[in-house]
Amino acid sequence: MPDTVLLDLDDVHVTFGTLNALDGLSLQAHAGQVTAVLGPNGAGKTTMVRCCTGLLTPDAGSIRIVGDAPGSARALAEVGVMPQSAGAWNAIRARELLVHLSRLYNDPHPVDELMELLGISHTARTAYRRLSGGQQQSLNMAAALIGRPRLVFLDEPTAGLDPHVRQRVWQVIRQLRDAGVGIVLSTHLMDEASALADHIYIMDAGHVRLDGTTAELTAKQSLEDVFLANTNVGGVR
Amino acid sequence: MSIDFAPRPAPASPATRLRAQGALETSLMMRNGEQLLLALVIPIGLLVVGFTVGHRFGIGTAGLVGSVLALAIWSTAFTSTAIATGFDRRQGVLERMAATPLGRTGLLGGKAVAVVVISLLQWLVLLGVSLALGWRPRFEVVQTLGVLVAAVLAIVCFVSLALAMAGTLRAEATLGLANLVYLAGLALGIMVPPSELGSPFGDVVRWLPTSALADMTRAWTSGSQDLSGLLPLLLWALGSALLARKVFRWTS
Repeated sequence: MPDTVLLDLDDVHVTFGTLNALDGLSLQAHAGQVTAVLGPNGAGKTTMVRCCTGLLTPDAGSIRIVGDAPGSARALAEVGVMPQSAGAWNAIRARELLVHLSRLYNDPHPVDELMELLGISHTARTAYRRLSGGQQQSLNMAAALIGRPRLVFLDEPTAGLDPHVRQRVWQVIRQLRDAGVGIVLSTHLMDEASALADHIYIMDAGHVRLDGTTAELTAKQSLEDVFLANTNVGGVR
Repeated sequence: MSIDFAPRPAPASPATRLRAQGALETSLMMRNGEQLLLALVIPIGLLVVGFTVGHRFGIGTAGLVGSVLALAIWSTAFTSTAIATGFDRRQGVLERMAATPLGRTGLLGGKAVAVVVISLLQWLVLLGVSLALGWRPRFEVVQTLGVLVAAVLAIVCFVSLALAMAGTLRAEATLGLANLVYLAGLALGIMVPPSELGSPFGDVVRWLPTSALADMTRAWTSGSQDLSGLLPLLLWALGSALLARKVFRWTS
């Protein structure tokens, strides 16, 4: 199962005016593995996720999600996405959002069990805008998982979380991996990548500068040192 | 606690997804106080004022009912949709939902369902209030069919214009501009018929979608026939849909 390629980006290019947001990005994510994508702000991680969900169309290169084109109905059903800027309608309540999302699938996870697992059961009737940042993060993660996806994109899933909640999220990520789900984890936290990732890609200026297993990359120096040596401030060349 | 996370992705049928999204969008629009003000309070207020003191200013009640019905579509399909979509986009709702099996088409479909459902409810309430105030309808069959087609074309046109605005401007700019355009629409055809504006200005205004729709609803509620708005509405609907498709951006 770990050899099953769920996400395959090959030489993907995206430009915004004169900015090369993605400049020949190639990477893969496999079933039953956590694939960490590290990079400074502006390296192109969010653009990559938006290409993978069909919100942006690359100027060149190819992307396959479980063999399908991004944005196709089949591909959208296969993936769960927790965008960095995930939001919700102001008036919607936490449980209401998850119940609504669950109606888009034939065989969703039970909403209440998922809320309990992520420690947000007590927020069920709270309006999204009144949730704390950490509660919103946990709810956004539940939203990404509700459809029993094969591939999950988690864009900075623990940013701003306290250590208790962070450990809970890590535990869920490990459970997902053990169940055969492929996870693409975008994070700025080196300890998070070291603790969770099976394979790490270090991105800078829209392409991969270095990749390898966690053990390979950290054999001689810490992941943070590897990261600093291979990236520039703000993802610029 | 643990959950069996073994992947079993299976999207619901397109009809189920559209129904769910349409129901949620409708519910959210109806919970929004400002949108209810636009959708019902202002049109009902205009009806009550028009029926009680309008005769002193030469306002015919049959034409007023038609104007208010056009106003209902204008406020819901354009103003409410623009404002709601602008904030959806800024708050990342569009980005989240476009990445589900709903997709972009389903997301727009849900908005369309909500606009149609709310417009129908508005028409039922406003026609009921008009009857209660003493208006007695004399509908022509041909005009009735023409008005139904005009309403659909107007909804396509107004929603497309709303998306074009909300998909390019910041949410706050959309909020301000949508309200300004709403007021301009009242003066340019919705509440003030182009015939009242004189030539040549009125002749130009007659080709605006606001005028084209309202002239037809006014003729309908007055028991006369006027299908002249269908061609402008068709052209506006096509043009606006193409514009929205070209300029709309899903992320802020």
